[in-house]
Amino acid sequence: MSDMSLPAPVHRLATPFSNRRRQTLWAIGLSLSFLALIVVLGQRLDPAGLDTNLQARNQAPTWQHPFGTDWLGRDMLTRTLRGLTISLAVGVIASALSACIGLLIGLASATLGGWVDTVITWVIDMFLSLPHLVALILIAFVFGGGLTGVIASVALTHWTGLARLIRAEVLQLKTANYVQLSERLGRSRIWIARHHLLPHLIPQFVVGLLLLFPHAILHEAGITFIGIGLSPHQPAVGIILSESMRHLSTGYWWLAALPGLSLLVMVKSFDALGENLRALLDPKTSQE
Amino acid sequence: MLAVRNLSISFRMYSAGLRQHEITPITGLDLEVRAGELVGIVGASGSGKSLLAHAILGILPANARTAGEIYFKETLLTPDRQKRLRGKEIALIPQSVGFLDPLMRVGQQVRRAAYLSGANGSAEAAQRQVFRRYGLRDEDAERYPFQVSGGMARRVLVSTAAVGQAALIIADEPTPGLHPAVVAETLGHLRQLADEGRAVLLITHDIGAALTVADRIAVFYAGTTVEVAPAADFQAGGQALRHPYTQALWRALPQNQFVPIAGSQPPPDQLPAGCLFAPRCPHVSAACRAARPELRLIRGGWVRCIHVEG
Amino acid sequence: MLKAEGLSFRYTPNSGWVFQNITFELRPGEIVGLSGPSGCGKTTLGKVLAGYISPTKGRLSLDDRPLPRRGYCPVQLIFQHPELAINTRWRMSQVLEESFSPPLDLLRALGIENGWLKRWPHELSGGELQRFAVARALAPGTRYLIADEITTMLDAITQAQIWQVILEQARRRNLGVLVISHEAPLLERVCGRVIELKQ
Repeated sequence: MSDMSLPAPVHRLATPFSNRRRQTLWAIGLSLSFLALIVVLGQRLDPAGLDTNLQARNQAPTWQHPFGTDWLGRDMLTRTLRGLTISLAVGVIASALSACIGLLIGLASATLGGWVDTVITWVIDMFLSLPHLVALILIAFVFGGGLTGVIASVALTHWTGLARLIRAEVLQLKTANYVQLSERLGRSRIWIARHHLLPHLIPQFVVGLLLLFPHAILHEAGITFIGIGLSPHQPAVGIILSESMRHLSTGYWWLAALPGLSLLVMVKSFDALGENLRALLDPKTSQE
Repeated sequence: MLAVRNLSISFRMYSAGLRQHEITPITGLDLEVRAGELVGIVGASGSGKSLLAHAILGILPANARTAGEIYFKETLLTPDRQKRLRGKEIALIPQSVGFLDPLMRVGQQVRRAAYLSGANGSAEAAQRQVFRRYGLRDEDAERYPFQVSGGMARRVLVSTAAVGQAALIIADEPTPGLHPAVVAETLGHLRQLADEGRAVLLITHDIGAALTVADRIAVFYAGTTVEVAPAADFQAGGQALRHPYTQALWRALPQNQFVPIAGSQPPPDQLPAGCLFAPRCPHVSAACRAARPELRLIRGGWVRCIHVEG
Repeated sequence: MLKAEGLSFRYTPNSGWVFQNITFELRPGEIVGLSGPSGCGKTTLGKVLAGYISPTKGRLSLDDRPLPRRGYCPVQLIFQHPELAINTRWRMSQVLEESFSPPLDLLRALGIENGWLKRWPHELSGGELQRFAVARALAPGTRYLIADEITTMLDAITQAQIWQVILEQARRRNLGVLVISHEAPLLERVCGRVIELKQ
């Protein structure tokens, strides 16, 4: 080892520590405020924009109509925001229902075991092997379409992922040394469920719920687009998009592009919300 | 071959909400391993043994920051160079088969290690040769990691490091909770690798095991090197050792007096200002509490204590 | 007296025996070693003795009665890997209180510092966690301890600290201790007699 001509010491990270948690919280805050903005604007915007105004038909985006107007002269920004609000509401209800179904079925599967577990696993596998859209359409049809149809079909098709996650987590916890030890320390099953299992399951549930929103909203838009979802009188995003199809070829690009883009941004915000919350709640990544 | 100079490693942690604080589990760590030498690193869990291995391999987590220098073959080890050398010139023998790919046959994993490290000739020939060397049969190569157990797993893990041309081999707790016969065999393999001219770093909490094969023993305490002594000094008994912690460690062995000292190693965020061992040391003085002692060369070994005389 | 008579265990009727026909007695105040090659079923036997799993064949009795199914089990098992035996989402004080509130002198003797009680498990080292696992197993209801390689992963000083506490408690409270270990010097030092298990 020669002590001459040694280079300068290493500093693996030359930059100061980045505060990853601050970035994560910013991402969460930004997503939340964007979603709040949609809801508030959707309620507050002058409903006159929804009225037919034949003088202002088919206008490209201007300052007065940032999203342009449609073939009846309706303001597309107002319609889009209204549509997104409806989609948001449907999405929240459907995914909350779906997450609760997932939680209950996952818990039942893991704790009851035996034939209950076999049947539930079989049903989950069946749902997962069926194309999502087919199941959605069938269930929406059975429920007679409309708002109930949409909510029921989305709620009944999206629980499988979370149910599997909860089931796996509970099964793993049940065999954990500290859970078995708790029983030998004389703790009751209810005490163990409350103190050992719940702290692990709640974060899974919350994140699972948030990550369900984007799917629920997109699928709601999807089946409405096909025509078995919400009724055409409601300016749901799916309706707006399906109507715009007829006018796309005539060069009215803004009818589809801007509402579509808004839907995408909203879905991505939910996704960002879920992913960032997951990173924060997981002890493995929470120190980054 | 390997020289670590005044290495420190810090982690940024979140205390509450957005407030961050820094902890420094490794401070002023020095170590040298020469070619053909087997150096044992012993210390309590949390003394920084495994962190040192991760720092040499360049696999510390993202919230870690290092200062100080690590030299490999007399050239500074930069993150780029670590990435290039890892698995080729610097190889790791992990704790268990849990670190292998569970879906790949063990023979294939050894061949892959051979290929990556640029072994002479074909990877398959190299794998067969190393398997024969460690008494594994050709058909053992077809097993999956979950199908090998106990002694065979040790041989496979040693094979992954021995198959290539690695000049530095780091074994991180290679014999946890194994039967004495298997421990002896694995340690014997490490000794052979050193005798071939490689540098071997054996990280363990088991002094007894390290003593049977090591040339020198480095003792870590609370993230610093307190003593580096020839293995013979341990065999000679407590009085040849230099640092009070090393002596306490020696006395605590069940084959010696089995008498512990009180207290515990300080956590990285509550390190004393002076000597890190001062709170538990029988010889502590005001000077010990005032400043961290430097490493000094005493009777052919390094020691970080101001009271030792040559 | 903890008595094992012809204990055998296998996971399913088709799988091989993990261990077979094990018979021994552990009297109060007695410290007995158990050693044998890796894979001879020592860990599984420990779980059977502490009532985690039932033996496939044979009889396990505590003072001529089966182990209680409910309530605090008088036979407590301490695991080799404390990080798996402690809930990662609990603070250390909660881990202790799940069993009992250990007296201060017991915590001192084990080298558990006050500051550690507020910490999360991932902030402590294996040696520090194992001291908690030992404290937790020493609640007043304990009469027998099964120590499964509890200091195998620890340094000599921590090992000696933990064993001094266990030996002292065993003497004072007349506890029976089964020491599962590979380490001949340790068994020689702490045990009155050693049982050898065959493959």
